[in-house]
Amino acid sequence: MGAIGEYLSSLSFVGLLSRLPAGVAQGLVWALMALGVYITFRILDIADLSVDGTFSTGGAVTAVLIVAGVPPIVAVLVAFVCGILAGMITGLLHTRLGIPAILAGILTQYALYSINLAIMGFKANTAISADKFNLIVSGRDVNVAIIVSVCFVAVIIALLYWFFGTERGMSIRSTGCNPQMSKAQGININLNKVVGLALSNGLVALSGCLFAQYSGYADVNSGRGAIVIGLAAVIIGEVLGDAILGKRMNFLFRMIFIAIGAIIYYMIYTIVLWLKMDPNMMKLFTAVIVAICLAVPYLKNARKSSFHRAGKNSAGGKKNA
Amino acid sequence: MLEVINVHKTFDAGTVNEKKALDGINLKIEEGEFVTVIGGNGAGKSTLLNAIAGVWPVDEGTITIDGIDVTGIPDYKRAAYIGRVFQDPRTGTASALGIDENLALAARRGHSRRLVWGISSKQRAAFKERVAELNLGLEDRITTKVGVLSGGQRQAITLLMATLQKPKLLLLDEHTAALDPKTAATVLDTTEKIVNRDHLTTLMITHNMHDAIVHGNRLIMMNNGDIILDIKGEDKKKLTVKDLLQEFEKASGEEFANDKAILS
Ligand SMILES: Nc1ncnc2c1ncn2[C@@H]1O[C@H](COP(=O)(O)OP(=O)(O)OP(=O)(O)O)[C@@H](O)[C@H]1O
Ligand SMILES: [Mg+2]
Repeated sequence: MGAIGEYLSSLSFVGLLSRLPAGVAQGLVWALMALGVYITFRILDIADLSVDGTFSTGGAVTAVLIVAGVPPIVAVLVAFVCGILAGMITGLLHTRLGIPAILAGILTQYALYSINLAIMGFKANTAISADKFNLIVSGRDVNVAIIVSVCFVAVIIALLYWFFGTERGMSIRSTGCNPQMSKAQGININLNKVVGLALSNGLVALSGCLFAQYSGYADVNSGRGAIVIGLAAVIIGEVLGDAILGKRMNFLFRMIFIAIGAIIYYMIYTIVLWLKMDPNMMKLFTAVIVAICLAVPYLKNARKSSFHRAGKNSAGGKKNA
Repeated sequence: MLEVINVHKTFDAGTVNEKKALDGINLKIEEGEFVTVIGGNGAGKSTLLNAIAGVWPVDEGTITIDGIDVTGIPDYKRAAYIGRVFQDPRTGTASALGIDENLALAARRGHSRRLVWGISSKQRAAFKERVAELNLGLEDRITTKVGVLSGGQRQAITLLMATLQKPKLLLLDEHTAALDPKTAATVLDTTEKIVNRDHLTTLMITHNMHDAIVHGNRLIMMNNGDIILDIKGEDKKKLTVKDLLQEFEKASGEEFANDKAILS
């Protein structure tokens, strides 16, 4: 009893409040990553695991360029392009060489580990201090970081909304939804898969780039498990959006809710830390949440039509007869 | 319009599953001909249509459409000349996209997909008019996701997509087989209307001998990867289901084993 009381009194509510803005800022940075995951996982119907590597690539490229004196905004663009290239590699492995998409993503991710180390001169991390460099976002000034990353997220969502409404973007959506129909309508589905993977990984690298600036360093392991966090954000956002908007949930709202999902994820993360739980357990926690959320639609459907239920109904019929 | 010259296709060559699906088939179709295709299960009907559509490369032979040799061109490029409707209503449309978006995709078949907004309001109005012609009441639900439509509605939309831009060739593979009899009749009616109005060169596979006789102006029967009967003009008009069954037995030396075709 005494131990619990001591634990509770050691938690300061003010402490939590003071930490939440940082959670929001981080969530916004990761929202870009979640939008990238959404493009592959939901629109293209591909589980792309390259993102774990691309996230670190975005950070590594950013850190090295900024240390070399390149303006951070240019570093952002270069990181984006590097992500696009990485996504293209996955896409080409998949479409040109016939490697299953999941495996293609794993191969790219694996290769990127070495490449990311090489980019940083074979050191596991590179510091970019906000003292020395004029960073776009920094954990030093959380309020500015929030404003800047809201702008990034808003612009990206607007651009994605436009892109997926164009002739090309629409054909990418149909490619993920029905490849056979797409081909019959003259759509080059292999090209579209490469474009989608490239765009997705570009966004993930962008997220990694901002994350490195926010944290003040790039780490070769920063992207580990990123796919799961991205999925968690997508799922939290979709569940929340469907609950609030129901049928009015459209593509634009969906993306906004995914961004909110990423923020919520980091709020939860912040609370977990505040509760003084071991942050290393967060990965287990996240995996369980994602597994549950992915399983719910299946289980819902299974409940409607299951052998168990059919058997019960049948037994009931016998009783009635 | 279409020329299939000595086309061979063997599946799983060199394995125990080796199957000669097309055995040096020849077929020439003139512009505006509406050809119905019949034959037993595994006769090679779908394989012929897939060969024409370019789903996979043929082993041997030449396929030309309107004088263009398309033998070396993959399906998504051949789609510029071809409209297709499949047996499974889910195959022809993208369920997560709206009716208007599906039609917009079809409207760009054979053109590049540009970075311009996919549907203009003018286009949407035009789509509404075309959808209204189907008499399904879908014109008021033009932005509805195709996934919530019934099989018959989806098949009608697919038909519209296949013919939205006049294709050089319309390929229908048992496109009413998955529908209930009444819906099947409606979709077939619509097919007939569109084909006649636009004078489309058409190949239609069916298992229903009656339909094969009533529709179109030419009938071919396939067996073992080749054409064993080819009837057109006045001869076709005089055909009966009984004639077809006899012809099948004569040409193939087997009995036509398909109750569905005999009963209908
Ligand atoms: N992709 C494929 N791979 C292997 N074998 C195939 C393939 N497509 C068709 N076949 C085989 O080729 C033969 C002809 O098949 P096809 O689908 O053309 O017949 P069909 O005349 O359309 O018959 P049905 O009336 O049953 O649709 C069959 O033996 C079939 O098993
Ligand atoms: Mg068939």
